[in-house]
Amino acid sequence: MLLREVEYARPATVEEAIALLSENDGARALAGGQTLVNVMKARAASPDVLVDLADLDELRTISFSADQSAIELGAMVTNTQVIASSEVEVARPILAEVAATIADVQIRNRGTVGGNVCVNDPTNHYPPLLAALGASFTIRGTSGERTVSAEEFFLGVYMTAVAEGELLIRISVPTRTPGTGDAMAGITLGAHGTYLASAVATVGVDGARIALGCVSSVPVRATAMEDQLADGDFSEAAVRAAAQGLAASLDPPSDVHASAEYRGHLAEVSAVRAVLQAAERAKG
Amino acid sequence: MSTTSTTRTISVEINGTSYERDVPASLLLVHFLRDDLDLTGTHVGCDTGSCGACTVQLSGEAIKSCCMLAVQADGSSITTVEGLASDEGELTPLQQSFHEHHALQCGYCTPGMLMSATALLEKNPRPTEHEVKVALQGNICRCTGYWNIIEAVVAVGEGGAR
Repeated sequence: MLLREVEYARPATVEEAIALLSENDGARALAGGQTLVNVMKARAASPDVLVDLADLDELRTISFSADQSAIELGAMVTNTQVIASSEVEVARPILAEVAATIADVQIRNRGTVGGNVCVNDPTNHYPPLLAALGASFTIRGTSGERTVSAEEFFLGVYMTAVAEGELLIRISVPTRTPGTGDAMAGITLGAHGTYLASAVATVGVDGARIALGCVSSVPVRATAMEDQLADGDFSEAAVRAAAQGLAASLDPPSDVHASAEYRGHLAEVSAVRAVLQAAERAKG
Repeated sequence: MSTTSTTRTISVEINGTSYERDVPASLLLVHFLRDDLDLTGTHVGCDTGSCGACTVQLSGEAIKSCCMLAVQADGSSITTVEGLASDEGELTPLQQSFHEHHALQCGYCTPGMLMSATALLEKNPRPTEHEVKVALQGNICRCTGYWNIIEAVVAVGEGGAR
């Protein structure tokens, strides 16, 4: 496939990358390219300038925050790195579990966490996962750095808080505390295919956080279901009762794979499964 | 301050040989391999990142060369299917096992299958059937000859090829 002519730069520092992104109209950051290169083939995106982040080693690290309360994933960390990381295994193993279900080996080897969230395709794995885990996102621009919540980060289909001339630097995920459990459930096209509906739950002594994917342009928190589970009863009957009405409260898109009504139903089923599995894991 | 350009001089090591070429930034790695270097063992199947026929090893990891620009490979080391057998034509144990297990029909997906399976065997010399299936998930065989492919890869781990 022939791509449209494009300007290319491979900066050596984050500051240089931000300067290139802010000084060039139509510039776009190129991470692993597993989405961007393919949408460029389809002419669904047509950037004038690609700023390749490949040499920015500071974006490739997985580490703990100074107070050890969060694990920090650099924006250029690949899915394969997440899967193999001993830090992730200790701090928040759900990240590796979900990373291992994204696409296939080759794509996991190139695809990055930052690229996945910055695309914000509603069917992607990380947006609902990071919303449920209460992750925060650090963005740097010419005027400095800011950190936003998942609610503030995901703005719409293919749109995030990363503005023109800015770069996502890292994602901070709170480390798992004893007595909590995380799980993702959903219905995919094929074993590791695209999600038709997905749900992520994190369950602890103070209740549950539940985020749904595929039902809106951004991850949707199932707040009514969360409220009903605040008393800490995670028996199957209680979880099913809490999910009653969830499908009806959603306004999901319709497509060739699932009508809006069916997708809403799948989201409700996924939420029940995710909460039950997370509660089981919270026990020990 | 780095500048932007529509072309770039890249240096890559492919199958042990160093190449330096000027390439357009818009050139896909698979076309660089096939059209510029005449390494036509790497196939273009779907051109959308779904089929895996274009799989090569980049710095030891299996990647899809249709989902990567040639400029992104600057400074890296690549192995294509041409880099597997020796110069004298001696097959690798995996290639020999494909031969013995009839692990190809039309052969179009075979270079990608070999590169994905080679990367697997380097990390995990004795993979289970399930591990082989997971490692080959990104490679589609439209003859649907999967069983013989899986058997061939498992057999190498068991020392079955030689």
